[in-house]
Amino acid sequence: MMSNTTQATAAAPAAAPIHSVDEPRGGDPRPATATAVKIKARDVNVYYGDKHALKHVDLDINENEVTALIGPSGCGKSTFLRCLNRMNDVIDSCRVVGDITLDEADIYDPSLDVVQLRARVGMVFQKPNPFPKSIYDNVAYGPRIHGLAHNKADIDDIVRQSLERAGLLKEVHDRLDQPGTGLSGGQQQRLCIARAIAVNPEVILMDEPCSALDPIATARIEELIDELRENFTIVIVTHSMQQAARVSQRTAFFHLGDLVEVGNTEQIFTNPKDSRTQGYITGRFG
Amino acid sequence: MTDAATPTPVGPSPGASPIRRPVLSGPHLRRRYAAERRFRLYGLASIAVAGLMLLLLVGSIWQKGHSAFWQTYVEITVTFSEGVLNPDGGPVDHHELERADYLSLVRDALKEQFPEATGDRRLRRQLYGIVSTNADFALRRMVLDDPSLVGQRRPVWVKLSDDLDSLAKGHIRRDLPESDRRVSDIELGWYDVLDKAGRIESRFNVDLFTAGDSREPVEAGIYGALIGSILTMTITLLVSFPVGVMAAVYLEEFAPRNRLTDVIEVNINNLAAVPSIVFGLLGLAVFLNFFGLPRSAPLVGGLVLALMTLPTIIIASRSALKAVPPSIREAAFGLGASPLQVVTHHVLPLAMPGILTGTIIGMAQALGETAPLLMIGMVAFIVDIPQGFTDPATVLPVQIYLWADSPERAFVERTSAAILVLLGFLVLMNAVAVLLRKRFERRW
Ligand SMILES: Nc1ncnc2c1ncn2[C@@H]1O[C@H](COP(=O)(O)OP(=O)(O)OP(=O)(O)O)[C@@H](O)[C@H]1O
Ligand SMILES: [Mg+2]
Repeated sequence: MMSNTTQATAAAPAAAPIHSVDEPRGGDPRPATATAVKIKARDVNVYYGDKHALKHVDLDINENEVTALIGPSGCGKSTFLRCLNRMNDVIDSCRVVGDITLDEADIYDPSLDVVQLRARVGMVFQKPNPFPKSIYDNVAYGPRIHGLAHNKADIDDIVRQSLERAGLLKEVHDRLDQPGTGLSGGQQQRLCIARAIAVNPEVILMDEPCSALDPIATARIEELIDELRENFTIVIVTHSMQQAARVSQRTAFFHLGDLVEVGNTEQIFTNPKDSRTQGYITGRFG
Repeated sequence: MTDAATPTPVGPSPGASPIRRPVLSGPHLRRRYAAERRFRLYGLASIAVAGLMLLLLVGSIWQKGHSAFWQTYVEITVTFSEGVLNPDGGPVDHHELERADYLSLVRDALKEQFPEATGDRRLRRQLYGIVSTNADFALRRMVLDDPSLVGQRRPVWVKLSDDLDSLAKGHIRRDLPESDRRVSDIELGWYDVLDKAGRIESRFNVDLFTAGDSREPVEAGIYGALIGSILTMTITLLVSFPVGVMAAVYLEEFAPRNRLTDVIEVNINNLAAVPSIVFGLLGLAVFLNFFGLPRSAPLVGGLVLALMTLPTIIIASRSALKAVPPSIREAAFGLGASPLQVVTHHVLPLAMPGILTGTIIGMAQALGETAPLLMIGMVAFIVDIPQGFTDPATVLPVQIYLWADSPERAFVERTSAAILVLLGFLVLMNAVAVLLRKRFERRW
């Protein structure tokens, strides 16, 4: 799906994508309200055992903006994303060096409560990973453990609303008690999105949230991302140049563990400074 | 297959190497199908062999043991004479009834039945021996239950002696010479007379399931050992399951990976291979000698067996926990669940079927274990039914071991019957585990 669209993007990055119904959102005319930095990464290095997977990354993520991470497969996009909510802690061989702050507070501070951090920084994983529980319980789990709702009706509301926003409610409203693992790949992906937004985290990390989705569902998720931007900070990994151009305000290009270039989406797509960025977005390598 | 599925854009241009596609016929494929068929056959054969073995085992035990579920009774007419039960006249005294000489009542009844045998002392002794030596207890119980029997004459069914019981069950051949038989000609004669008169009857052996052990073969039952086993297993389960699962969860989900945890892991694996008698010695040294817990008690037996079962449960639980996909943990962590919540809400429920399988294997081992219990004195001859965890008790396998040592025919068949009961207990335990596992699995 990607390979035949990159060309078009490179030629006219702001042009209307094939399936989009509204105007391109890439160069959003809305003035970015006082671009406060939400997450600040300084000299971040990640090692998997001896492998140096991420090298000296400096990156700022602005509040109430969508930041897109692009780059060829294996360049370390997921690795960087997982540093932001310390999901790399779960991997034994993984070692993270450097400073990452969320609202000026070091998230790798030993005194910091990782559980609290992850409640503030939610994540949609690259591979859909619904719990082997019912669809309802999948979405209700987060609100329950964080005490976001106090009675059944509240939770019902949150579940339905989250599923609706992820564009899944129509397909599953009559079988909320069925296992989430019994859904199709794309449905599972949207279920995981619904599950992540149900707890209203401040930052949402999305690792290729649309990789298994059809154009309509993709459009729904992109709309959702745009809606969420009002109140949330979003980091999204994507392999679709068009998607990056449509939904993000800033784009960061990774290559072989290096952060090659970061800037306004419009600038990256129309006037990249680095030749590698140029090559990647025009589809010459990657 | 994939090669065949992908259309190759390259045409048959000259110079290009020819495209090789999988051949869908030929000897290679035939060999593959044959291997498939052979494998299936081997599988069926091994299941058939296993099934046959099981059938043979249970069949032979049943064949030896099923007669123990029946007991032959004889009807004698007893005169509950005042002279024996209430010698000093007056109102009937409960205390006196308890201590009266019921044996003489039985003997009188027998003498009355066969007056010709009363002259000779040796003959008389033989006559008294045709009923169980505990027949007087049955009379005593009757009179104590209903004191109005005193002075009356009643037909009473009492157990036949061990030897005559065997005769009735067809275990003793009449065509052997008298000296090779456990039953003399004269006893045979008496038996036939009684049988003709319809005074011999085979009944379901309720006592086998309601009585404790006894020196008298026809009175011995397995109820005491069964209760002992249940009490012991309860302790074993209550101790080893929570401790084992906790240890596994901690080692698998929380403990850092370092030298210490490696050493612990190796030691647990070694413990699983330690001969069970060693655990018995440990129990003797620690629970009895150091802590001074009572001997022969299900409490100590259960603790010793729990020690023995722990490694099995820990190893099985750890592998069950390991088998839970890491993506589930990531999903839960990503939502901000604490490590404990991740384990209790997601990992443990998913690992439960595997944990239960390990537990049932460990419990089945413990249920059949004899050696360590010998060390802590659970091998004693215990008549009373244990009432609690600290009462002296024995367990089914030890009871089997004790009975298997006794030469009397009734003990031989009871040995097999006890094995059947042990197997039944095992099947029941397994069934419970399977049910539990099904319940956990149904939550997908
Ligand atoms: N758990 C791990 N153990 C060892 N190496 C890893 C692990 N996860 C990732 N890597 C390595 O780190 C590098 C970056 O991986 P990462 O998953 O971040 O790539 P990515 O940019 O997300 O790629 P993709 O677009 O294919 O998802 C890769 O070379 C990968 O092989
Ligand atoms: Mg990735």
